[in-house]
Amino acid sequence: MATIELRQVEKKFGDLHAVKPLDLTIHDGEFVVLLGPSGCGKTTTLRMISGLETVTSGEIYLDERKVTWLNPNERDIAFVFQLFALYPHLTVRQNIAFPLQAQGESRETIDERVSEVVDLLQIRRLLNARPSKLSGGDQQRVALGRALVRRPEAFLMDEPLGALDADFRESMRAEIKRLHIDQHATTVYVTHDQVEAMAMGDRIVVMSEAEIQQVGSSNEVYYDPANVFVANFIGSPGMNLVSGSYSDGIIHMPGADNRYPVPNNWWAPLGEALQNSGDVIVGFRPESAEIVEDGTLAGNVYTVDLYGAYSMLAVNMNEQDIIHIRGDRLIHYPIGTQIRFDIDPQMVRFFDPVTEKTIKREAIQ
Amino acid sequence: MSNFREDGPGYPVTEAIRVDKVSPKSRRLLSLRAITVVVIAIIMLIPVFVMAITAFKSRSVIVSHPPTIFFKPSLEGFVFLFTERAVVNKARQPEFKAAAEAGELGLVDRIALESGQEVTGTSDYVKRLKNSLIIAGLSTIFSVVLGLFAAYAFSRFDVLGKDDLLFFILSTRMLPAVVVTIPLFLMFRQLGLNDTHLGMILLYTVFNLSLAIWLLKGFIDEIPVEYEDAAMVDGYSRIQTFFKIVLPQTLTGIAATTVFCLIFAWNEYAFALMLTSDNARTAPPSIATMLGRGGIEWSAIAAGSLGFLIPVVIVTFALRNYLLRGVTFGAVRK
Repeated sequence: MATIELRQVEKKFGDLHAVKPLDLTIHDGEFVVLLGPSGCGKTTTLRMISGLETVTSGEIYLDERKVTWLNPNERDIAFVFQLFALYPHLTVRQNIAFPLQAQGESRETIDERVSEVVDLLQIRRLLNARPSKLSGGDQQRVALGRALVRRPEAFLMDEPLGALDADFRESMRAEIKRLHIDQHATTVYVTHDQVEAMAMGDRIVVMSEAEIQQVGSSNEVYYDPANVFVANFIGSPGMNLVSGSYSDGIIHMPGADNRYPVPNNWWAPLGEALQNSGDVIVGFRPESAEIVEDGTLAGNVYTVDLYGAYSMLAVNMNEQDIIHIRGDRLIHYPIGTQIRFDIDPQMVRFFDPVTEKTIKREAIQ
Repeated sequence: MSNFREDGPGYPVTEAIRVDKVSPKSRRLLSLRAITVVVIAIIMLIPVFVMAITAFKSRSVIVSHPPTIFFKPSLEGFVFLFTERAVVNKARQPEFKAAAEAGELGLVDRIALESGQEVTGTSDYVKRLKNSLIIAGLSTIFSVVLGLFAAYAFSRFDVLGKDDLLFFILSTRMLPAVVVTIPLFLMFRQLGLNDTHLGMILLYTVFNLSLAIWLLKGFIDEIPVEYEDAAMVDGYSRIQTFFKIVLPQTLTGIAATTVFCLIFAWNEYAFALMLTSDNARTAPPSIATMLGRGGIEWSAIAAGSLGFLIPVVIVTFALRNYLLRGVTFGAVRK
């Protein structure tokens, strides 16, 4: 297994940036997820690592070996495609053996390695079938088998669960994660599904507009988003973002008497960051707000969605902002009810409305 | 309430729909359809049938009026087609008759003798047929092979001026043969290609190449690029990928293209008439010239045309499985 290193890698189609220059190191044995909306450059990045797409500039290293201009077949990287790309004219056995034949392995070695892989993935019964006869999940297992059988330096997966039915996706997700844990293989995984990214990634690389927005663990991107985009994109629904103006420890939000007293430890960083205007964006997760009778903030119930374990309240704070609050599934809130709530002081975040970047605390008291 | 689908499967069905549950009404409709097809086929095949029976008629049967359908078959037409003959003069006739009765003459000689002729050698038609096979066969192979590579390049790479090039290639087929034969004739004379196999093979290859490229490009466009991407990350070079992945999946298209190219090259008349005289003359113009030699040998013409059909029929029949589409589809989910 190998370390993948991207140095100032960039891709342009004509004048258009598909990927702006980015630096990223994927460590040996790490599971890194590239996450972002469609068209953000995540698949292009993956294809550049594989060699299927050439870079416009920058360098790619695989274990210190410079592979920037090598053909895909010279890189020793396996790729799992969203649409599986199993060769329709070959049987499952031939499909899995295909990469080994390229390496010129002997018949015995091929048989042995194919055998190992089909046992690992439990697809021995499918060996003589044609790909078109298989279910989506089985096709995906065969595609994984074809990648695993080579014992490559790294795995690249391009939305491998995207073409599967919803109920199947969850179990395949577990299978892929378990496979990664067993094999400890360096993996780069592309998805637009933030739940999938949070569940699987050791580290998540959030991309948007051809740029990396944030690199971090699931916890980091969820609780400490680097900017407004990440705050909004991660989580379903995303982080609540309410504009307000700050002065002397109080944030005034639009709407009747919505005066939010900022926790003490934020006074200094906010005062420093917002020297000119007082404009600020307050961010908090739906589960960080608690409905209490004497809460400092108020709003009207807009809709209530019961999610099973909890209910999600959409609350109209004022004319512009509808926020989400996670509520108790047993308590009923009629539409239009005025509620008051507080924000967990540990979980509140602030963003600069101009740069849209997060405002950092220097030190937590 | 019956289980039958009253309307029958009037649209493409998946395996999940039971096509065997067809109502008696729509089954009658199906057989009506079958009968219609058979009737049309019979009407279409009448000229071929007339040609086939004419090939086995002797001269006297051919000219009889009304035409007969039941007659004693004769190989006269084939003998006339493949041999050069001379009229046996009166003085030598008894001698030939004696030889025939003694069983010394072969089948071919005896048939010739029935119309008072002796065989003096094989006809040019054998050579013409051989020329047709060589020229049509090789030009078909060249145009399909060249067309396959060109079509792959047009389909997969950013070729500079791709659309213009493709239009230019298509435009080579826009002018009718009669219009371009004169300039071609002049060029061929300059290059010494008149009446040569090489000249005709080149000409038919060029003419068929446009068809081959356009047809095959369509077939290759339909193969998802992911297969090639997968093969390349699996450790194969571009050219290996082409042979291992693209080629097997294009077989249908290759078969269809081969048949089209072969039919064109095999049937081509105008160029062959103008640009060949003897050495490289193909069968189509030579069948026509038979019309003009000492009376019309209808049986020989029919025999020639019948024999001429056979190679195309054989190739089409041999490739029929590939001509049916849908063998390799369904492994990439869209």
